Amino acid sequence: MTDIAAPEVQTESFVGRSRFPIHIVVFLAPALVIYTLFSIYPLFDTIRLSLYAGDETGARHFVGLGNFYTLLSDPAWSGQFWNALRNNLIFFAIHMVVQNGIGLGLAMLLSLPRLTGGSVYRTLLFLPTMLSVVIIGFIWQLMLNPLWGIAESLLAVVGLKQFFGPWLGQESTALLTVSLISVWQFVGIPMMLIYAALINIPDDLLDAATVDGAGPFSVFWFVRLPLILPTLGVVSILTFVANFNAFDLIYAIKGALAGPNFSTDILGTFFYRTFFGYQLQVGSPTMGATVATAMLVVILIGVLIYLFGVQRRLQRHTF
Amino acid sequence: MRSHHNTTLLRNAGRLVATASLAALTMAFAGAASAQTLTIESWRNDDADVWNTKIIPAFNKKYPNIKVQFKADPPTEYNAALNARLAGGTAGDLITCRPFDASLDLFKKGQLLSVNDVKGIENFSDVAKSAWSTDDGKTTFCMPMASVIHGFVYNKEIFDELKLTPPKTVKEFHAALDKIKADGKYTPIAMGTADQWEAATMGFQNIGVNYWKGEEGRKALIEGKQKLTDQPYVQTFAELASWAPYMGNGYQSQKYPDTQNLFTLGRAAIYPAGSWDVPIFRKQADFEFDAFAPPLPDGASKCYISDHTDIALGINAKSKNVEAAKTFLSWVASPEFAEIYANELPGFFPLSNAKVDVKDPVAAKFVGWRNTCESSIRNSYQILSRGTPNLENELWNVSAQVLNGTMKPEEAAKKVEDGLASWYEPHKK
Repeated sequence: MTDIAAPEVQTESFVGRSRFPIHIVVFLAPALVIYTLFSIYPLFDTIRLSLYAGDETGARHFVGLGNFYTLLSDPAWSGQFWNALRNNLIFFAIHMVVQNGIGLGLAMLLSLPRLTGGSVYRTLLFLPTMLSVVIIGFIWQLMLNPLWGIAESLLAVVGLKQFFGPWLGQESTALLTVSLISVWQFVGIPMMLIYAALINIPDDLLDAATVDGAGPFSVFWFVRLPLILPTLGVVSILTFVANFNAFDLIYAIKGALAGPNFSTDILGTFFYRTFFGYQLQVGSPTMGATVATAMLVVILIGVLIYLFGVQRRLQRHTF
Repeated sequence: MRSHHNTTLLRNAGRLVATASLAALTMAFAGAASAQTLTIESWRNDDADVWNTKIIPAFNKKYPNIKVQFKADPPTEYNAALNARLAGGTAGDLITCRPFDASLDLFKKGQLLSVNDVKGIENFSDVAKSAWSTDDGKTTFCMPMASVIHGFVYNKEIFDELKLTPPKTVKEFHAALDKIKADGKYTPIAMGTADQWEAATMGFQNIGVNYWKGEEGRKALIEGKQKLTDQPYVQTFAELASWAPYMGNGYQSQKYPDTQNLFTLGRAAIYPAGSWDVPIFRKQADFEFDAFAPPLPDGASKCYISDHTDIALGINAKSKNVEAAKTFLSWVASPEFAEIYANELPGFFPLSNAKVDVKDPVAAKFVGWRNTCESSIRNSYQILSRGTPNLENELWNVSAQVLNGTMKPEEAAKKVEDGLASWYEPHKK
């Protein structure tokens, strides 16, 4: 855009006929000002803060990359950091497979031509996404509660009672359980995005494929899937960014210590503990900024891999 | 008798003032913003009612010219919110102080004033002041308000039904637990590990004082003469681990409110408690309950209790009403305040030397242990939680794991000792 616009502006001002193109500034200003003030400036200030360390009087002094060195080499910090990163990757993997898998399946079902009451299902399936995380956390904790929850009796009805356990409290199952609760909440988003892409595919293409002798599976695999790949890419990157920024659900269910034994600790909760402190752990804004910057780097790497590894190979189709 | 009479009078006066004048006063003078309005920052949002209808009106009876506002944040958000407001210069005049390092940190940053010269500070013992004094003990920066005591609350009806008597020793304790379990109708111990702090506070710190002999062990730990891998600490973890079979179904995901409900619904017999639970149980439980002190381990004759200095009040260094704030703090140090606080919030026990009648029988029992047992504060609070990893949060983690059965007592002791030794000089040897 700017490449094209710039010569024009130049020639015009060269002629001296036009003044400075104020309308461009006017149109850019709102987004530019708001982004600079609330996104870009805090981002760079966080990075700046991560290069400082505070002492007990509250004074800050420059330490270069010292905080990052501490974060990655001091066992007290690095152990927690790698643990949080690993848990976050598991959290992301579960979302990619389960949330986006189910989202795709639901979108396929919703786009069936002879489905009645589609808009009702659509609304119901999207509803959890609009509920507050605190409510989601509360409801699921209540349902899964071994003392008064209904999960155990529901399982007993179908004869699976022996498989019930305090899932949210066991190190082996807590992360999986929290992830699945989050999947339940957000499955509506991939579903809607994919559904929108699916109904955009012209019927002619599907009919042509059917006429050519393709069965339902072939139609899905060779016609529909390639056509919605760009949307799947968008869904993946949205999931990635959302998962690596996640915090609220785990904080609501497990608290900032993300127990048991940090088995549900992800980068968001680790950052919270570091920045704000928790119980007797005194918060450290500078170390917190370091963790935040590390999160930025992780997300940046992921986005770059997507951008250069996936996005560029995707072909967009317009009908 | 006299003091009883006094409090009823006070209560009535308080109600009157609250309903009639306070509302009118605050409204009438809201715009005036006189130099005499004090704002209290606190995490005790549960107590806002008592402050507004009892404590502040009682203060205003003596000092009608100083208006006081009570402003509370939820406990888990308090430290972060307060720090932000202090840094931004918008914090209130009076700051409710967490014990030890959190407040010491504020004092070192110059955000709290010394209260050495405030009248009434002489009413407190050195132990009471220790939580809000510099390491050399010379400067105190918050006026001590109250402590909380640990023990066990039990359901009297269940104990009567099963013909049990409150246990005095660990052996009797386990015998009682076995009986309750054998009967099968009730959960013997109401406690969960999901919130982690219960395991450390109501478990480890509650019973531990008897093993490490209160202050003696706590000081030895700070001086580096004892290590967390020593016998007393491993024994505490071992005793804690033995509770697991007696806890409720799926206690690994049982949270603090679940625990409270389990007990107040009459489904559990014994509740490892903090005295702050007493007023809540008073409201919710429709059966009689009582308390017993942490049972004595084999061979011990002297008992110890965790009598933890928990809450104090300091002055914001940037306050514009320092004189009024000092007047308020002197009043907080007075026997009058102690009396109101102890009885309106049974379970929070005044730290001043004034003799106070606690009227709630169960709360009175808790505070009565001060006469028969030695008091001590939680061992992870002073100095030992200054570094990374901090001992308190580590204790939460390992105590919960010991109860969950995912960590052996020796491993737990080793993990906390290793964590401490990684930054605390006296433990590095």
